[in-house]
Amino acid sequence: MTESVGWQHSALIVLVCAIVTLFTRAVPFAMFPEKKELPRALKYLGKVMNGAVMGMLAVYCFRNTSVLTPPYALPEMIASLVTVGLYLWRKSILLPVAAGTALYMVLSQCVFT
Amino acid sequence: MREKSLNALKAAFPLTLPVMAGYLILGIGFGLLLQSKGFGLPWALLMSVGIYAGSMQFVAVDLLSSGAGLISAALMTLMVNARHLFYGLAMLAKYRDMGKAKPYLVFSLTDETFGLVSNIDPPEGVDRRSFYCAVSALNHSYWILGSAVGSLFGTMVPLNTRGVDFSMTALFLVIVTGNMRKKESRSPSVLGIVCSVLCLAVFGPDRFLIPAMVLILSALFLFRKRLDPNEKGGAK
Repeated sequence: MTESVGWQHSALIVLVCAIVTLFTRAVPFAMFPEKKELPRALKYLGKVMNGAVMGMLAVYCFRNTSVLTPPYALPEMIASLVTVGLYLWRKSILLPVAAGTALYMVLSQCVFT
Repeated sequence: MREKSLNALKAAFPLTLPVMAGYLILGIGFGLLLQSKGFGLPWALLMSVGIYAGSMQFVAVDLLSSGAGLISAALMTLMVNARHLFYGLAMLAKYRDMGKAKPYLVFSLTDETFGLVSNIDPPEGVDRRSFYCAVSALNHSYWILGSAVGSLFGTMVPLNTRGVDFSMTALFLVIVTGNMRKKESRSPSVLGIVCSVLCLAVFGPDRFLIPAMVLILSALFLFRKRLDPNEKGGAK
């Protein structure tokens, strides 16, 4: 466990994630008990929000990757290309995730040390 | 009563097999990643039983290992899980008469469970409530089992886990690539990426997320006419 924060804070983080997750799942059932028409702004968000947030999370994953210092983000670039390539080829989610991660581990542990 | 549940389990089990494969493997990845950050089996169980949201739990590993503040944890969870709001809306009618089972059914409405329960009806002679409960509980158990196996594997096998973080990157890369291939989610994906890269450049890696969320929401409404196919004058 990280030394900087105690287990109590970690437990609170888990609790907050659990409560907010449950909130997002329960709100529709609490707010629209009958077949009530949804506000159009909400319907619109329902269509576009997920794509945008997944894009944000992909960027988030690369937030500490630097192209200016060695190894110039090469392990990330190679593993990402292989992951995306495998996905486009096989149309499966699990194979590219597993293979991309394994490749990245090999690259960062054995090749670009 | 017991026979009713058994019948429902028998009917639900074969339908959940594809989810089983996915949840076991992703769950193992999650358990391994969590273990590599120093959070062992009790944490994996706590999270997989209590949060039970695949991609969010990968993000939560990051929140935990960086000791994130509670408000940023809440905002992050809200953004990542906002899509669940719409699963609930789609299930309002189907889950209307679920009685005592309803709280659990609502709690366990993950992407994959939603995919199953929204598309299939229980076979004839199988109790509806028991059937949906069986689907939900089976999926939940696969996820818990996968996380536990991953966590234990990480402790027992002297494995150099450096780089296992990339599993989260790979997962979101695959999701985004899938979204880019769908016409309706292509522009929102590009918008999410562009807003985030801008904020990353301006605010730096440790504090760009909240500005990015604000910018994304504003941009989604600013470009609503172009992004919403149902809006008048919207893009075709």
